[in-house]
Amino acid sequence: MAETIAPLLSLRGLTRRFGGLTAVDGIDLDLAKGGLVSIIGPNGAGKTTLFNLVTGLDRPDAGEVRFEERDITGHSPERLAAQGIARTFQLGRVFGNLSVMDNVLIGAHTRLRAVKPAVPVIGPLLELGLALLRPASVKAEEERLREEVKVILARFGERLLPRIDQPAYSLSYANRRRVEIARALALKPRLLLLDEPTAGMNPSETAEMQALVAELKAEGLTILLIEHKLEMVMRLSDRVIVMDEGKKIAEGPGEQVRNDSKVIEAYLGHGLSGTAEQESAA
Amino acid sequence: MSSWLDYTINGLIVGNVYALVAVGLALIFGVSRLINFAQGSIYLVGAYIGWVAVVQLHTPLPLTIIFVAVVAALVGLIIERFGLRPLQNSVRIAPLLATIGISFVLDQLVMLTFSPNPRALPSQLPDVRFEVGGGTIGPLDLLIAGVGISSALLLFVFLRYTKLGWAVRAASQDRDAAMQMGVDVNRVNQTVFGLAAALGGVSGLLVGMYYNQIDTAMSLQATLKGVVAEVVGGAGNVPGAVIGSMLLGLVESYGVAVFGTSYRNLFAFLLLIVVLVLRPNGLFASARQAPPEPLTGTFIAPSRPVRIPRWALVVAVALFAVLPLLPVSFYVLQTLINAWLLGMLALSLTLVAGTIGQVSLGHAALLAIGAYTSALLSLTLNVPVGLAIVAGGLMSAALGTILISPSFRLRGHYVSIATLAIGEIVSLVILNWESVTRGPIGISGIPPLSLFGYDLVDPRTVYWFAFAVMVVLALVQGRLLGSHLGRSFRAIRDDDIAARAYGLSLNRYKSLAFIFGGFAAGVSGGIAAHLYSYINHETFNTQQSILALTVVILGGLGNVVGAIVGAVALVGIPEMFRIAAEYRILIYGIVLLLLVRFRPQGLLGTI
Repeated sequence: MAETIAPLLSLRGLTRRFGGLTAVDGIDLDLAKGGLVSIIGPNGAGKTTLFNLVTGLDRPDAGEVRFEERDITGHSPERLAAQGIARTFQLGRVFGNLSVMDNVLIGAHTRLRAVKPAVPVIGPLLELGLALLRPASVKAEEERLREEVKVILARFGERLLPRIDQPAYSLSYANRRRVEIARALALKPRLLLLDEPTAGMNPSETAEMQALVAELKAEGLTILLIEHKLEMVMRLSDRVIVMDEGKKIAEGPGEQVRNDSKVIEAYLGHGLSGTAEQESAA
Repeated sequence: MSSWLDYTINGLIVGNVYALVAVGLALIFGVSRLINFAQGSIYLVGAYIGWVAVVQLHTPLPLTIIFVAVVAALVGLIIERFGLRPLQNSVRIAPLLATIGISFVLDQLVMLTFSPNPRALPSQLPDVRFEVGGGTIGPLDLLIAGVGISSALLLFVFLRYTKLGWAVRAASQDRDAAMQMGVDVNRVNQTVFGLAAALGGVSGLLVGMYYNQIDTAMSLQATLKGVVAEVVGGAGNVPGAVIGSMLLGLVESYGVAVFGTSYRNLFAFLLLIVVLVLRPNGLFASARQAPPEPLTGTFIAPSRPVRIPRWALVVAVALFAVLPLLPVSFYVLQTLINAWLLGMLALSLTLVAGTIGQVSLGHAALLAIGAYTSALLSLTLNVPVGLAIVAGGLMSAALGTILISPSFRLRGHYVSIATLAIGEIVSLVILNWESVTRGPIGISGIPPLSLFGYDLVDPRTVYWFAFAVMVVLALVQGRLLGSHLGRSFRAIRDDDIAARAYGLSLNRYKSLAFIFGGFAAGVSGGIAAHLYSYINHETFNTQQSILALTVVILGGLGNVVGAIVGAVALVGIPEMFRIAAEYRILIYGIVLLLLVRFRPQGLLGTI
């Protein structure tokens, strides 16, 4: 892999073991700024665990994660969010009792400035005071973010805007996935990790999501994608990485990976039937 | 050195008793991921059934044990069938709250049947002591050891060699998979509750005989000790629970040897906090386990809050404000003053338990800190009362947050256990730190409420003062909920992992919630101290913590108006019907159970 510019995200020998099982086994990965790399592989291949290692929800047993050439291995998720890494979750983790608006505003939390002065030690107490007193600067910041949320939600057409004040638990499954993506976008991420954004979506919803991801990519956002729907993966990805049993078994442009005999054996063999089942169930 | 051997033997015997409770808790936790707060009540029932058998029926010892085990098992089965099974598909907080409600109901029923006075439960064994190595041991010690060891063996055989035992183990490893393989999970639950209750009941009997005294306060103590032992050993880990119990028995026994009996419980709870902080999975859990599966369900019942129009609130506040001008009795004002004080505590708890989802069972400790601070400042340093109350609030906010902070990394039921223990620790420190708190004597002659030099002794002015303070606290809390902090707190409650992934620091926001909530509770305690003029370490007890929790759930978790409505309802309605004090806690327990079963979102809905 001869990258001329240093990659935005780079993983070296990333490894995570659970007891006797090695869920992620020496993964190397480079993601250039503005690029989109997809990770595919059968269920249990270690894709989500890899995401957890990158976003700080889990710590690797070995290996290194570098973001913008800095070592961020084992940093807390709060810290990584502040550096511009946003993610969505495979099983959907919206804040059920919060409205759509509030869910997305939480995404912008790391961008709060007026209400969260960067003062050591007494910072939290100042934050409490400012939240209660709400001087003009705090009000303006909140207003600006609320407007911004509406712009983000408008990306999803009429899916979310009419439901902006509804609690997230009342939304359909697909809409919850959309709220998660909107929340991630509100962080203004420099790196976006999408974990199966189309899981449980029907073909037309999937097409919509695919268009959105393509749009984000065209806007220059750097994306790491886990996805089972190969059609979407092939269309969007600059490069595809195939994982099986924690290991990377193939890497390259979509077409090349698709014809790789190891991949056909490990993934497509049982993976295709799995995808078919999923689609007939949806 | 002989005394050390005695302390060791005593520690192991007491450990054996704890083991009987803790093993039951571990079995239940293993199968249903529930910490059964009613376990101590079954232990209490066991002790009193034993008393009936020994003193009234004159049964021989083996028959007494069997009788107690059978009755306790029946109680366990009833709890499982009617208290918990209906909640299987409910929110995760529901079964926990239900066991708290059940424990209050059972304790009160025992108290109403047998009176709260302690009774003697004579041991049916000869009172002789054998010399062993330099220490002594009696037949009862041997019996307790024998029952402990043989129950452990029987349990081992049952879990390992019977079909039902396999089912129990399968269900505790993976409930859904076990169900799919045809395991009847209801039957497993019944078995486990029956077994746990039988062990708990026998344990109560043996402890009663050991100390030759039983009383209704045993229940909470047993629950606490059992939970400590279980958590130390690793929740759900049966052999771990046995070892944790022995360890707890020894720590307590040696602690008593060095520092005296009033420190016994302090060591138990400190051990719990240390283990929870350093090894929340217990001493024997493997250090690195797979991270818990993401849970998408929330701890709080989803609901839409009832919208109350602003004018209605204004009218209600105005009505309550002019109430003292109307011809109402002193008694009504007194009752409402109590409601306002409880309302302040409920505001605090609804923020902590409802808004940010840390279900605290030790909230009365915050009252105590505020009350002692305010009382001591005004008494010994002549600080004006108004100022002292504010200082009490600030002290509760600061000290409360520092004390609770070890529990910030815990979740769900563990937070409840930790706060319960911290509450007990505060009360024990007040009892033992005599140079400052005057220990068991308490503080008397606390100056009455006053503001800017004017004494507030007339019930009407006291009423207005308490009401005004509560309304101001409620307004400020409402404003907090409308800010980005309200949003952040609720996000942490709904899903702390997603919240962290979006940059919300749990320590920071949990601290802020406890600082804010601690202030309100401390002010409530401070006002109460000057109102009562006498306080001691038992003035603010666990019953008050549970009452506050019932108020908060009644009103709707996180709901500011709901907290106040709940306080007025739970203080006012029993007064209205002139219900005798001893029945009130029974009613609170029943109210809690009914709410959890039929309206977990409370009257006005979760916010």
